[in-house]
Amino acid sequence: MNSSTLIFVILFLALFSYWFGIQRSVKMAGGITKVKYLASLPRQYGLLTALWCGLPALIVLFIWSAFESSVLESLLIGVLPAEIQALPSAELGLYLNDIKIIAAEPILDLSSQNEALEKYQAANYLQNITANAAWLKSALIVVVALTSVGFIISRFSTEFGARVKLENIVRVVLMACSGIAVLTTLGIILSVLFESIQFFSAVPPWEFLFGTEWSPQTAMRTDQVAGSGAFGAIPLFAGTLLITAIAMVFSVPVGLMTAIYLSQYASPRLRSIAKPMLEILAGVPTVVYGFFAALTVAPFIRDTGDLMGLSVASESALAAGIVMGIMIIPFVSSLSDDAINAVPKALKEGSLGMGATLSETIKLVLLPAAIPGIVGAILLAVSRAIGETMIVVMAAGMAANLTANPLESVTTVTVQIVTLLTGDQEFDSPKTLAAFALGLMLFVTTLALNVFALKVVRKYREQYD
Amino acid sequence: MTDKNPADSNLAEQLSTTEKVALSLRKRHRKEKRFQWAGLMAVGLGFLLVVILISDIVLKARPAFHQHWVKLEVEFRQDWLGVTSSDLAELKKANYRSVLRRSLYGMFPDVKGRRDKRSLFKMISTNAEFTIKQYLLDTPTKLGKTAEVWVRFDDDIDSYLKDDYTPGEAGPRVSKQQAQWLQQFLNKEIVDKRWNSEFFTSGDSREPELAGVRGALTGTLLTMLVTLLLSFPLGVAAAIYLEEFAPKNRWTDIIEVNINNLAAVPSIIFGLLGLAVIINIFGLPRSAPLVGGIVLTLMTLPTIIIASRASIKAVPPSIREAALGLGASKMQTAFGHVLPMAMPGILTGTIIGMAQALGETAPLLMIGMVAFIVDVPAGVTDAATVLPVQIYLWADSPERAFLAKTSAAILVLLSFLLIMNSVAAILRKKFEKN
Repeated sequence: MNSSTLIFVILFLALFSYWFGIQRSVKMAGGITKVKYLASLPRQYGLLTALWCGLPALIVLFIWSAFESSVLESLLIGVLPAEIQALPSAELGLYLNDIKIIAAEPILDLSSQNEALEKYQAANYLQNITANAAWLKSALIVVVALTSVGFIISRFSTEFGARVKLENIVRVVLMACSGIAVLTTLGIILSVLFESIQFFSAVPPWEFLFGTEWSPQTAMRTDQVAGSGAFGAIPLFAGTLLITAIAMVFSVPVGLMTAIYLSQYASPRLRSIAKPMLEILAGVPTVVYGFFAALTVAPFIRDTGDLMGLSVASESALAAGIVMGIMIIPFVSSLSDDAINAVPKALKEGSLGMGATLSETIKLVLLPAAIPGIVGAILLAVSRAIGETMIVVMAAGMAANLTANPLESVTTVTVQIVTLLTGDQEFDSPKTLAAFALGLMLFVTTLALNVFALKVVRKYREQYD
Repeated sequence: MTDKNPADSNLAEQLSTTEKVALSLRKRHRKEKRFQWAGLMAVGLGFLLVVILISDIVLKARPAFHQHWVKLEVEFRQDWLGVTSSDLAELKKANYRSVLRRSLYGMFPDVKGRRDKRSLFKMISTNAEFTIKQYLLDTPTKLGKTAEVWVRFDDDIDSYLKDDYTPGEAGPRVSKQQAQWLQQFLNKEIVDKRWNSEFFTSGDSREPELAGVRGALTGTLLTMLVTLLLSFPLGVAAAIYLEEFAPKNRWTDIIEVNINNLAAVPSIIFGLLGLAVIINIFGLPRSAPLVGGIVLTLMTLPTIIIASRASIKAVPPSIREAALGLGASKMQTAFGHVLPMAMPGILTGTIIGMAQALGETAPLLMIGMVAFIVDVPAGVTDAATVLPVQIYLWADSPERAFLAKTSAAILVLLSFLLIMNSVAAILRKKFEKN
């Protein structure tokens, strides 16, 4: 049985246990009329039984599935001849892959295969142990489910507090769910860090952080003529900053002015249609923005540049930056709106009462008072722009140019992560590991920006509360 | 200012404050107007951008919904097909390409050279051979007879017909000769523009005239299903725990900070997590909606938890107190009274989170959902792609006809998002009323 069937089997067993638990408790009480003498309602007995049936079985299934493939693989390697076991990990991986492909065939005809007989024997072995494992897994899960049901049923009595037991279990489950966020963060940090450490053992960190040449093409085989691979990430950082800067130059004034106008000047009617407009801009998927940037904005900028006699790359940083700016406008505007609205009304009214015009009040009173909130908003927007992927993947270039000219093509950290990881390649080459090192940089930078921005915003809110 | 014009300061000294203010008033009001204008321009720019974005995509998408077909007179001659009887098994293996070629050449007897013939044949979709095969299999009585069969044009001809073209003149990827043949087709009135329903019913293809979104839509549906089944219970459970049960201590503080930070982590990082942990350590299959759903769950969980917590917090404490006072346990209060009242808000947050996940592309590229997949996936562990990734793949394709297909796929995606957001808005309104 495969995992999804097993899950259905477990669910069915749990459902049955629910019914069984109810029946048992009613019988124990001595009939449906005497249910009131039980410590808990029959339903609660039933639910408790169902949980005792389902939870351990699901946990066993989860643990088994998590380790099944690696255990099977090490068992398989164990029976291979010694000279194959001694192969380097990449070649061993290829060899194992061959075996897995052969083993995926429904029927193996061992007699007719003279060539690669070893592989066929290994495949046969793999088929056997896979079948055994599947059988063992199903048996184990059913046994676990039935034993735990038997155990909990055996403890039923009229004084047995099923509700308290049930609620304790549910509470633990709820707590585990809330811990998933922490596990996710931990998983991100560990996976990215682990691969990065491997990368930094091949490429020294200073070369990565301060090198100015990026060309991650490495030789696949030792006899191949190819670049030795240069992993200087400065051009990527510079490109990311350039595109982010263009996006901010475009989005901060527009977003800020939109927020000011909508919160201070606009009629409720205009506001009621402008808010959905901003929501549309915020809700459009980034891949759509990427399409817009690559196929509408970039050609437009190139043609305009040609008319003015400028040479513009067809994947210019400007196009990607402007469209990223469009994407960020609603973000900047809604956060600035919050910041402006958090300024106490008394400040505004005082200024207006002294005879200042509304624009003077905004420029000289409201904005200075709201500046920490606005700075926080801008920092969050910067972090968003740095981590944005699809727009730059589709509209920015691949080549790592170290330039500050927005009309040229640059590449970014996220573009390189995607490029390095979306081919088929072995997992432990410096090329793929470099993507994780870039991911680490990205994670650390955006995390620092977010933490700092949230701190600024919170501190400022406390000031006025 | 120290370097003031002496005449000005003289003038200023002679005036009273009221007069000074009155004098500066015009300038200040002009500034006020300018500022207001700037604000209005910013809002206007926002509207303009939305209009440009949507109309650009709609205009580009329009051609994708129609397809040009041509009526060919196909001679199902047995010697061309290489069959001896009308036996179905034999008909299935017959040589339809030859029949198609010869029938087409038969319509243009003056086309002679090999190269000319090839470029004539290229005007018809590669799929035409299967179209006539299907036709003959459906009506085997036509064997040995001539039948009129509608087949698709190639995507280049199709795009050419959809553009403003001058009859008989060469267009992009259409030679002058082909354009003239096309004119002959048009003169015979055997060209038809039809609604392209295949766009919704077929999977991906390398041939733009055959490519459809069904595979991607199914992949999206499966991925969203996994995401919903995982993220909704997990998110609600976490929110209930944090709001109703969690003691105020270090651990809950850590969880809170964590959730807030996770909400701002770039989505591509979740893709790295999926690749390194879910695929490489747990060994789940690459490109599968299951993995995509898990990754998107981790990504949307913070959104759902934050929204659910806000919604649970908004339930008046009197409800809890009344339930507890009547002897309900904390658990019964939470699940029986607080949760139902918070449900509209939780659902709104979930829909918004799902809408985010629906449009997400970057993490799915990392876990290999970017492969070219023709088949429509049948389960959560089959290789699949999703709508946003399909858009990305098509946008990258060089064929011109894919431009329209991409835009059409975007329209499909945007309409899904629109529906989800409208439902969320309606729910929110209902919630606010209560």
